[in-house]
Amino acid sequence: MNGKHRLSAASSPHICSPFGTRSLMLDVLIALIPALCMAVYFYGPRALILTAISVGGCEFMEFAYRRLMKKSNTLGDLSAAITGVLLAFVCPVTLPYWIILIGDFFAIIVVKQLFGGLGKNFLNPALAAHAFLMLCYPIPMTTWAKPLEWPGLGISVPGAVTCAAPLSAEFMGSGILPDASLGDMFVGNIGGCLGEVSALMLIIGGAYLLIRGVIRVRIPLAFIGTVAALTFLFPQGNGHLRWMLYSLLGGSLMLGAFFMATDYVTSPVTAGGELFFGVGCGLFTVLIRYFGSYPDGVSHAILIMNSTVCLLDKAGMPARFGVAAGRRKAFWKKFRAGGKGEDAS
Amino acid sequence: MKMRMKIRQQLKEGLFTRNPVLVQQMGLCPVLAVSTSLCNGIGMGLSVLAVLLCSSVIVALLRKIIPDRFRVLCCIAVTAIFTTAAGQLLQSFFPPLSDRLGIYVPLIALNSMILSRTETFAFRSRVDAAAVDGAVQALGYAMALLLLCAVRELLGSGTLGGGLLGAGGAGIRILPEGAGLRVLVLPAGGFLTLAVLIAATQYILRRMAEKNAAAEKEAEL
Repeated sequence: MNGKHRLSAASSPHICSPFGTRSLMLDVLIALIPALCMAVYFYGPRALILTAISVGGCEFMEFAYRRLMKKSNTLGDLSAAITGVLLAFVCPVTLPYWIILIGDFFAIIVVKQLFGGLGKNFLNPALAAHAFLMLCYPIPMTTWAKPLEWPGLGISVPGAVTCAAPLSAEFMGSGILPDASLGDMFVGNIGGCLGEVSALMLIIGGAYLLIRGVIRVRIPLAFIGTVAALTFLFPQGNGHLRWMLYSLLGGSLMLGAFFMATDYVTSPVTAGGELFFGVGCGLFTVLIRYFGSYPDGVSHAILIMNSTVCLLDKAGMPARFGVAAGRRKAFWKKFRAGGKGEDAS
Repeated sequence: MKMRMKIRQQLKEGLFTRNPVLVQQMGLCPVLAVSTSLCNGIGMGLSVLAVLLCSSVIVALLRKIIPDRFRVLCCIAVTAIFTTAAGQLLQSFFPPLSDRLGIYVPLIALNSMILSRTETFAFRSRVDAAAVDGAVQALGYAMALLLLCAVRELLGSGTLGGGLLGAGGAGIRILPEGAGLRVLVLPAGGFLTLAVLIAATQYILRRMAEKNAAAEKEAEL
């Protein structure tokens, strides 16, 4: 678990890898730092406090549940910390602190630990908590602070200067472009959720993860590519390219594509499955943005695809060496007929 | 003495170890739909209790007359008679409650939990045994329903007893306004709460079974 634990190898030759859950999660946390810095620059210290409370809440819930159920302590693998940061990143900065603690509870206890802890949850905890909070507290969850007008640090900030987010329902549904320029959208000088506004910083973080080999490029590429293609082909006015760029930079697309859709536990492991997964995320994102009533489709799209992962993995299974085409067909026939699908013979 | 032991055993099974909602998971449609307030739960629970008790007794009385191949049909017909009566009573004495329960009162006639009790138990039992079983199972159903109602109303709208208690039937406010988890009052929240309750029941049952197994092992030694 802590990266130093060495398994005894059964057959030769093996290389001891320094990677473990903890080091991977640490890389993800490092990759999220640039976006957090940008959030603090635009929205003030409240962004940092909200993130810290969320991380603390998640770690505490994890610790308390594991302790109460007499299970091993899993604080060290840092997965709860990532859930905390990601949940804070998809919440507006003016959100009262107690609401994010409820989100932490839902993410860690209900979505993750009740299903057995890390590796056994079928939904991304942070996204599920975001959907839960959207349903419970729709107004605080869609009150966007104006960038560079730092809101106060109290539990709730009723007097904060707010503005419309570029990705409001009116924008995506009726094809009106926001006031912000493309440069502002890219850097993050817009209203929106705490960590999702700065596409630039998220791309830097995503590139770091790709270079370190923490995530593979297939899911983000397929996800962003599908959204780009669909918004380019079916713009809601304002020109093909311009509309596409605004759609890519607005909302939590970059955050979702690099950090949430690539979650190991809730994404497919086979190459074909990963491509399907990314394309499905992109398709549902555009459909929800165009026809749905929620401001941003990314989180719900990823949640929908999360629940199809085990099927996608089966669909993307590579051909087994030595299995002839006819036998493979027979295998699928048997699988569809409700057989166990364990063996082709 | 033997009868009393048997009733106690039935009570334990109906209320807890084989609870119709939390363990057998039967008749869930009305449970999920009406459990948004405690008041609804009381109305629904009492209706089910009355209908199941009366139907069990009548089916047990008629069990020698009803041909075996028509037993499902006859059970539903008997249940439907009492459901209609319960619906009429609710409508004339508690019109607001009747409005809120809506279609789910007539649907009691087709409740799978009631059908299973009348068709499998009452049809093969003496009248007294059938009456006890009907009452116990309905109590278990009502108890689970009330538990679900209480959790959903308390955490969802922050009140208890809405439509019955408090000023203007608004219920007794326990959580501050705007703090409730609104999703729990929506249909999705019904599934969420029920799932958590079922998980908790399974956990407790498993712990009990483990404890029993350990005690038996010790007794053997």
